Amino acid sequence: MNIGVFVCHCGSNIAGTVDTEKVAEAARSFPDVAFATDTMYACSEPGQAGIIDAIKDYGLDGIVVASCTPRMHEATFRKTLERAGLNKYLFEMANIREHVSWIGKDKELNTNKAAELVQMAVAKLRNNTELHAGEFEINKRVMVIGGGVAGIQAALDCADGGLQVILVERESTIGGKMAKLDKTFPTVDCSSCILGPRMVDVAQHPNITLYAMSEVESVNGFVGNFDVSIRKKATYVDWEACTGCGQCMEKCPSKKAEDRFNEGVGTTTAINIPFPQAIPKKAVINANACIMLSKGKCGACAKLCPTQAIRFEQQDEIVQEQVGAIIAATGYDLFDHTLYGEYGGGRYPDVITSIQYERLLSASGPTGGHIKRPSDGREPKNIVFIQCVGSRDPSVNRPYCSGFCCMYTAKQAILTKDHIPDSQSHVFYMDIRSPGKLYDEFTRRAMEEYGARYIRGRVSTIQPRDGYYVVKGADTIMGSQVEVKADLVVLAVGAEASKGAGALAEKLRISYDGYGFFMEGHPKLKPVETNTAGVYLAGSCQGPKDIPASVAQGSAAASKVQALFSKDKLASDPQVSSVAIQRCVGCAKCESTCPFGAIEMTEFRGMPKASVVETVCQGCGVCAVTCPQGAIQLQHFTDNQILAEVNALCPY
Amino acid sequence: MTRQYAYYPGCSAMGSSIEYDISTRALCKSLGVELVDIPDWNCCGSTPAHASDHLLSASLVARNLAIAESMDVEGIITPCPSCLKNLKTTSLRMQRKGFHEKVEHIVERPVRADLPIRSVLQTVIEHCSPEAIAEHVSKPLKGLKVVPYYGCIMNRPPDVMTFDDPENPTSLDRLMQALGAEVLPFPHKVDCCGASLGLVRRELVTRLSGRILDTAASLGADAIVTACPMCQMNLDLRQNQINRANGTQHRMPIFYYTQLAGLALGQHESCLRMDKLCVSPARALQQVGAPAQEEPAR
Amino acid sequence: MPTPSATHRFDEDFLKEVQQGSEQNLTRCYQCGNCTAGCPLSFAYDIPVNRLMRLLQAGEKHAVLSSKAIWLCASCETCTTRCPNEIDVARIMDVLRHMARREGLVAEPPVRHMWDAFLSSVEKYGRVFEAGMMANFVRRTGRFWTDADLAPVAIGKGKLGLRPHAIKHPDEVQRIFARFRDQR
Repeated sequence: MNIGVFVCHCGSNIAGTVDTEKVAEAARSFPDVAFATDTMYACSEPGQAGIIDAIKDYGLDGIVVASCTPRMHEATFRKTLERAGLNKYLFEMANIREHVSWIGKDKELNTNKAAELVQMAVAKLRNNTELHAGEFEINKRVMVIGGGVAGIQAALDCADGGLQVILVERESTIGGKMAKLDKTFPTVDCSSCILGPRMVDVAQHPNITLYAMSEVESVNGFVGNFDVSIRKKATYVDWEACTGCGQCMEKCPSKKAEDRFNEGVGTTTAINIPFPQAIPKKAVINANACIMLSKGKCGACAKLCPTQAIRFEQQDEIVQEQVGAIIAATGYDLFDHTLYGEYGGGRYPDVITSIQYERLLSASGPTGGHIKRPSDGREPKNIVFIQCVGSRDPSVNRPYCSGFCCMYTAKQAILTKDHIPDSQSHVFYMDIRSPGKLYDEFTRRAMEEYGARYIRGRVSTIQPRDGYYVVKGADTIMGSQVEVKADLVVLAVGAEASKGAGALAEKLRISYDGYGFFMEGHPKLKPVETNTAGVYLAGSCQGPKDIPASVAQGSAAASKVQALFSKDKLASDPQVSSVAIQRCVGCAKCESTCPFGAIEMTEFRGMPKASVVETVCQGCGVCAVTCPQGAIQLQHFTDNQILAEVNALCPY
Repeated sequence: MTRQYAYYPGCSAMGSSIEYDISTRALCKSLGVELVDIPDWNCCGSTPAHASDHLLSASLVARNLAIAESMDVEGIITPCPSCLKNLKTTSLRMQRKGFHEKVEHIVERPVRADLPIRSVLQTVIEHCSPEAIAEHVSKPLKGLKVVPYYGCIMNRPPDVMTFDDPENPTSLDRLMQALGAEVLPFPHKVDCCGASLGLVRRELVTRLSGRILDTAASLGADAIVTACPMCQMNLDLRQNQINRANGTQHRMPIFYYTQLAGLALGQHESCLRMDKLCVSPARALQQVGAPAQEEPAR
Repeated sequence: MPTPSATHRFDEDFLKEVQQGSEQNLTRCYQCGNCTAGCPLSFAYDIPVNRLMRLLQAGEKHAVLSSKAIWLCASCETCTTRCPNEIDVARIMDVLRHMARREGLVAEPPVRHMWDAFLSSVEKYGRVFEAGMMANFVRRTGRFWTDADLAPVAIGKGKLGLRPHAIKHPDEVQRIFARFRDQR
């Protein structure tokens, strides 16, 4: 071979602790190396041009770049080779940045190690072969999991772009958390007024199939060819027949069912439609609260439903959908404030969460938009808002900032003044985070125009006294303890990962962090992709964010899907396992150890032989290790290639 | 089933909280918790020691640990939260080798610091659940409204004291309910009474303890029940000082939980020593049909 | 207080000594004020506890050690229990008391005298002889009216013994004190 070696300075990142010129010089002595040089930034345009020129000038047929991690630039340099007319698998990288210059300061030791890594790379490259990608079909349908504002945006963008969309939503209605809000900051727009039309668009769009009250059961397949099982949970109502008239709700005698939509403020009927603008506007029966389903009596709704839509015998149903891409937009949940024993641990009825307060503020909420104390129904005059409940708090394992609570608290303080003009709001804060457009001006309005008193300090405890509450906080700027009398206390609870996020991530085979938020492909440059091909992210499932950011990510994910589907076929990765039939003895050990089910047993001239399903193979190499004959080899990581590296490093 | 524990009474047991010691011993005996006094135990140093030097504090504690370790016991138990905190904190700090050596050098004894250390309350509740105790109640405290006052350090900090919830403990609540009393929800369960500062700055205690009395009275409590000698002293012995300072007229009896437990279990007055309480418990005891005690003129 | 200087008057050794003695990392404190908010004695402090932590972070040794606040702390552990950054504030307050003593900066002498009277009783008898401790305290402070109104009640109830009872081996406790002083 005529191998070219390029040792990158990476500015001073590598050259600071590695003598790159010496490494290049050492490389010239390795077998089959026809050309070696050091270069300032191999990945830059001139750097890549230098590689292409050298290939042409010296007739090189294989390239080693000693630079950063392959995760950074393997793809970059492979494209460089292709532009020069070489097969991109005749390329190896030696990581002399993360594995050398970034972990040690001794220049001599580093230079030696770098030279050895280059030697290993050259040895492997000498054993590489050309590999050619196959092609496979893409199913140009997309599944969006989660019908909150991010999922709705993603679904509409894909559908408007001509794609078939399957939208799967866990609750009986789409809309997510945004549908529960009364108004939105900083414009104080009515939330359902701006979201409602979008929800209706979803319902009416010819390209969108909506599965509400459904969850993803399992995901099989791979990018372009996902096979998803969806569990349609029993609603005990035939949604084809149900018109959403609501008569069943009026007559249902079981009135103490958990009201999930209203966050537990008050109760609701066992059969219910969550809110007037619900999409789909269909009734659902809560089996635990339903007298017929739990005790076998009643059935009032069945008797009076004008379209006889009640189906007590309904069961969950599993349906299959095939799609080419999946967008996860599963949103967030709110921190459980009962963990703060000093705030009552959930025992004080007038200490509520921000989302419960939204429902009180909302005209379509359980109190018709009249702010009432849950304990006695009286209108509060002194309302205290406490920020950072379950955010920026390492002691409850929530060290992060949730990003939107300062804003929604200011909004709630403003709305409180509108609702109750003679009220006085106090807000206890540590910092005000208001980075968006018109955000800081909005928080200042709450203080300057709406009379909200902001006190910089945390609250240590809330104690009930004579029918009201004493909130004991601090004003750190004044340097003093502060006591505020409150009729109602609203806790600005922080965001956490949606319940069940981890389990869904595992079904999708994507990563998630310690808090359950899904991992993006790169924290800066790939916010809506994952490391799993074909699966994208949008909205708060990736990390807490406000509505504009969620909508932006919804559109971004949609554009990623559009890009994926812009080709008719996708290239398959040739770095998969391959069976040498003459060596295979048909023992089938590889078939049973493959974690992905990518190996099938077939017949060849009457003898059992293993065969790899290339599109399913993930290139993990477990089969290659298992095979007693060495018959199955992972392409680009064959036994000979790896042993060549070992032998280069350990010549004795 | 009898369990044997090394008992660390604490200095106040000899004097200002003598009724706590007597009723604790009586309660433990009736529940099968066998107490063996740590022979020749010395003062743990309480706040003055740990506020002066941690090594001195640990050394005073360690002498007791060493003696207890030579006894055949399940662990060390004490009725006083301050002693408990010192015993536990020292035991934890001595897990550090350097500190361990320093302490042993001063105490001139080997100290393993590995015995479990618990409050009497925890031991009683774990040994014999409130429900089980309820079965032995012969004189239910029906009609008695109490507020349970745990005090600030019995359950805090939670990673040292490792017993009940640090914000809303319920062990005393459950025990009192099992004895038949009505337990009122009390927002000041773990608020500080002022501790020993009353000696040097009386107004601090009259303010903090005064608030506890005020809230208990406004809730309609007949009595406050405590498990800490310091709290009991501040609320009981100093109640007149509090009344004078705040212009109130409280006559709120401050029981030790062991006294009420003994009462409900039908123990004799010699085990309860209600006569030692400064504020007369007569009216409260009449609520439960218990005979009023002879009261010396105040 | 003179203008703090982030460079000139910043006593880094002081900060290190406090962090080492208390095994707490003060950079974790983001000055939320939770400690002050819950401190039952804050109303009596000259410097609220969160401000003491800030002064500590700023290396202001004299301001911290000469405060009265550290002596009026009841060691109730509220601050430690509720700190969101899990800083053991109560332990830091203990360490500040230790250091203030060593530097001779005790801003509330009666508190220190009370503790010293207590400890001297422990040293002598092995346990606290309450009446003796009171007498010692009065002698040190001259406050002979202290709790005079409680004495008759306490004596009447048999709660204030007037004769000391030493443990069998008070000498062992005396040796503890002596060996402690020697190693200092």
